[in-house]
Amino acid sequence: MIALQRRADPSRLMGYLAPLLALGITLLAGLVLFAVLGVPVAAAFYAFFIEPVSTLYGLAELGVKAAPLIIIGVALSIGFRAQVWNIGAEGQLILGAITGAAVALVFYENDGWYVLPLMILASVLGGMAWAGIPALLKTRFNVNEILTSLMLTYVAALLLSWLVSGPMRDPDGFNFPESRLFHDAALLPRILQGTRLHAGTLVALGIVLAGWVLLSRTLLGFALKVNGAAPRAGAYAAFSQTRLIWIAMLMGGGCAGLAGLFEVAGPIGQLLPSISPGYGFTAIIVAFLGRLHPLGVLFAGLVMALTYLGGETAQITLNLPLAVTGVFQGLLLFFLLATDVLINYRVVFK
Amino acid sequence: MPESSNSAIASTSSGPLEPVALVEMQGISKAYPGCLANDAIDISLQAGRVHALLGENGAGKSTLVKILYGLLASDSGSIRWQGKPVDIDSPATARELGIAMVFQHFSLFDSLSVLENIALGMDVDANDRLRQQIIDVSQRYGLPLDPERSVYSLSVGERQRIEIIRCLLQEPRLLIMDEPTSVLTPAEVSDLFDTLERLASEGLAILYISHKLEEIRRLCDEATILRAGRKVAEADPRAESARSLAALMMGSDVPPASIRGSVATGEVLLSLEGLSHVASDSHGISLHGLDLQVRAGEIVGIAGVAGNGQDELMQVLIGETRLQRADSLMVCGRAVGRLDPGERRRLGLCCVPEERLGHAAVPTLSLSDNAFLTAHHRKPMCNAGLVSHKLSREFAEQIIERFKVRCHGPGSLASSLSGGNLQKFIVGREILQSPKVLVVSQPTWGVDAGAANAIHEAIQALANEGAAVLIVSQDLDELMQASNRIGGLCAGRLSAFFPTLETTVQKVGLLMGGSHS
Amino acid sequence: MNETVMLTILTIVTAATPLVYAAIGELVVERSGVLNLGVEGMMLGGAVCSFATAHYTGSAALGIAAGLLAGVLLALIFAFLTLSLQASQVATGLALTIFGIGLSALIGQPLVGIAFSGLPSLHIPWLSDLPLIGRLLFSHDVLVYGSFLLVGLVAWCLNRTRAGLVLRSVGDSHHAAHALGIHVVRVRYLATLFGGACAGLGGAYLSMVYTPMWVENMSAGRGWIALALVVFAVWQPGRLLLGAYLFGGISILQLHGQALGINVPSQLMSMLPYVTTILVLVLISRDRGRIRRNAPASIGQAFHPTT
Repeated sequence: MIALQRRADPSRLMGYLAPLLALGITLLAGLVLFAVLGVPVAAAFYAFFIEPVSTLYGLAELGVKAAPLIIIGVALSIGFRAQVWNIGAEGQLILGAITGAAVALVFYENDGWYVLPLMILASVLGGMAWAGIPALLKTRFNVNEILTSLMLTYVAALLLSWLVSGPMRDPDGFNFPESRLFHDAALLPRILQGTRLHAGTLVALGIVLAGWVLLSRTLLGFALKVNGAAPRAGAYAAFSQTRLIWIAMLMGGGCAGLAGLFEVAGPIGQLLPSISPGYGFTAIIVAFLGRLHPLGVLFAGLVMALTYLGGETAQITLNLPLAVTGVFQGLLLFFLLATDVLINYRVVFK
Repeated sequence: MPESSNSAIASTSSGPLEPVALVEMQGISKAYPGCLANDAIDISLQAGRVHALLGENGAGKSTLVKILYGLLASDSGSIRWQGKPVDIDSPATARELGIAMVFQHFSLFDSLSVLENIALGMDVDANDRLRQQIIDVSQRYGLPLDPERSVYSLSVGERQRIEIIRCLLQEPRLLIMDEPTSVLTPAEVSDLFDTLERLASEGLAILYISHKLEEIRRLCDEATILRAGRKVAEADPRAESARSLAALMMGSDVPPASIRGSVATGEVLLSLEGLSHVASDSHGISLHGLDLQVRAGEIVGIAGVAGNGQDELMQVLIGETRLQRADSLMVCGRAVGRLDPGERRRLGLCCVPEERLGHAAVPTLSLSDNAFLTAHHRKPMCNAGLVSHKLSREFAEQIIERFKVRCHGPGSLASSLSGGNLQKFIVGREILQSPKVLVVSQPTWGVDAGAANAIHEAIQALANEGAAVLIVSQDLDELMQASNRIGGLCAGRLSAFFPTLETTVQKVGLLMGGSHS
Repeated sequence: MNETVMLTILTIVTAATPLVYAAIGELVVERSGVLNLGVEGMMLGGAVCSFATAHYTGSAALGIAAGLLAGVLLALIFAFLTLSLQASQVATGLALTIFGIGLSALIGQPLVGIAFSGLPSLHIPWLSDLPLIGRLLFSHDVLVYGSFLLVGLVAWCLNRTRAGLVLRSVGDSHHAAHALGIHVVRVRYLATLFGGACAGLGGAYLSMVYTPMWVENMSAGRGWIALALVVFAVWQPGRLLLGAYLFGGISILQLHGQALGINVPSQLMSMLPYVTTILVLVLISRDRGRIRRNAPASIGQAFHPTT
């Protein structure tokens, strides 16, 4: 029989090894999956994991896809540390995109330097407002934030769909559900010629750094960790749970809104009915895979970005369904959760 | 001829000869990572006798009875039941043999009724027949209980009755009681002993686990004494004195039983002035007009059985719940009733709540972080607005050194320390912040004798330096030993306070029971 | 009775039934002290597997069985991770939803755009032929009757049987239950698998009756609404039925809003179930005492027998 035996102290080594182990097992599971789907395994592997990053353009795309994952992932991991389960980052991302885009459309054909900063401000506030609803309901009425933040994601998606087919539709767009294309002043500067790599990627790196300092060196970060691990100890040490729920939710909402703006003002350049392939949800996996640590999130974001790129490449070259990406992401999280057991337990054979 | 199922007959039929032991445990050993909990222990129990299992916290008593009850598997050793070797691999097997156990921490379900709770423990349905049986047993043994009440509405003493009735309904041959009196008032203890004596006279074997010497001398016929996982002696408790039993239990270092004398006359540092608080829900206890002054240099003890408002009082003192009136709680002349815990700390009020893991300390954080947890309010721990890991590590090292906390260093997780060591660390953390007022709840709950002594000495020293100290405890012996003045908390009301030297355990027992005479 | 009203009532029943299944399953899971946030994923798994099986075999019965089995298998992953490997229930539930969405989309790829005849309604001799009542109460398919039967059965088991008592005790305090010799992990495995089976059936109803076809992500948040329904019902089966039909009514209002003369853009009408869910959660949750008295005390906590 195989049994689990609790370790006296959690294993630090396993804390680092578990994600790598999970990645390895996911790759093996990928082999099986490709074999079941009847595609040549080697070719599928190449298409999924090598080809997307074999060119400079591909690497730039990796950055484009990783940026929103990292921005949201860092904020979510800070919230998750405090056991604040903001699951609705996707909705907050959409709201940020909407409010940011609204500013861009109001200042249409205006070349002022202030357009982009205003858009950024609007998107952060939009995301915060959307995350503020579950925060208010949680702190005021004790409502589970998982369910409310998730419900609001569906509401946000419908709101976007209505806006682009109604009030924000391009007047010259032949009734297509799209907004106007943003003016140049409302677009993020590119940082690598010939690619779509935009300034948002640099912001993502900045957020990783800020998140790191916040968690490891500030009283706020300490309070978040304490209240997540032992809420009563938090109350004893004068860390207000209500305040921390608000901060964690607003931080998640603000970052998600920012990521939403970077999508519409970056690679997309206008408001569409669908602006994100589920970055808000994938960022949850990114946060866990990155061990709820900003540096870990940076690497996890790159890995998950690769699954998006790989999925797209495999769809084009091998005609594999795009859904393979979702399966991979789910599997990876499963294996990560499974291998995490090794941190606190030793496997013994009796 | 098969043995009769009636234990009373079985024991008398063996006559004056040495009867066959009901249970014999031989050479029982059990090791945990880093600790040998039981080391080749032998013990033998007879029908109709109350056998004490005596030892300090951590001596291995609980481990031994858990093995007997099938909750733990021993590493080596054997168990005989009426002379036949048996393999007790689960509590179900134990119950089939006729072993029943009343746990120290009750295995009860708050949301279920008394009837449902008892049905669950007995593998029967919660029907009318069982209801009648419960009523019968409760009348016969003087254990009043309403089968339809939900457990959350019962007092601790009533909850214990559920456990005892549940055991008795199984018509056991052996009843194990794990520290049954630690949660009872002196009057309830007396009722319990009556019940137990009656049961023993009917032929039941009782294994009685405790570290309270007077109780054991009153109730038990024989005793096995454990120390650090080993059996050190067998004794007749009625032939021994409390002091000789204590010597056996603790080895050579029996703590001096000194009662603190002089009554302090320093200035009042902590003052409760008509402090009232209404409980937020039906489970809680409301506090009614508490009045108490604690002076500089004085240690005041509040005795009481759990569930009489201790938790609520601690929350109000810590600042986790704010008071309606700011001036109903004064620290050094300042009204603090509406301040948060951090502001109170900065004014000099430091508190140690009862629960170590999860309240006083964060189990998954290091000692260094746990030092920072409360100390950052009173000591410089930040550099340019950023947390300085160096300063909190230095403070943790200071606590570890001064209070001889056994650990791998400031990086150890709080959860990796033993109860006594963690408690030394927590109390040390508060004392080294030089508080003007220290409030400690259950300072030595579940702590070994050595650590308890160290903690009491440190609290004493703090008071000698001029701090006011308030101890809230269920352990009457501890309060009698450590405090200058003592009073009781009962149903959210404080009794009058008396100098410890002029009072007796019996008198304080009355105060705990709500008597004001 | 007016024909439109009659049709509306009948469609409310079809809209409510998947919610009844998913929610009653989750209710049992939560009463055992486990929080499985993967209902949405299990529903989608059930939906695609039942549709695929029914489509390829032509047998509705096999389709239903396949939906149930898919739910059980997905729940098994959850149970293994959280109960055997002590993984976080919140994280694992989310992973199950993400995985279920991806896997169902992958399996359902070749099935998009195919229609299915749906489940025949059960003809009960005499009763079904009654005027009005016959159509209203006795013209449904077997899964509708099954859903009522299931709720009744769960209510009876929870409150009247020893199995129910054991289940509630595990949800109340796993340590106390363990001390009594109850196999906490085994009880929770069974409850979790039951929840999976129910979610799978709810999914099967979506793809075989409600909209008899496969559409990617077709559960559209119903798994999450089912989770909210359990809170709405304060963990009581009877109230759950009420809640499911309330939500069924609201989602039908959204579909037939135009026909009923409500002139609001369809997207805004579609928000109704989600917004209602939030409002209902607020109304129920604000009474903290009530939640505390009724919620299983050990919900969401990991349990390992040696600790």
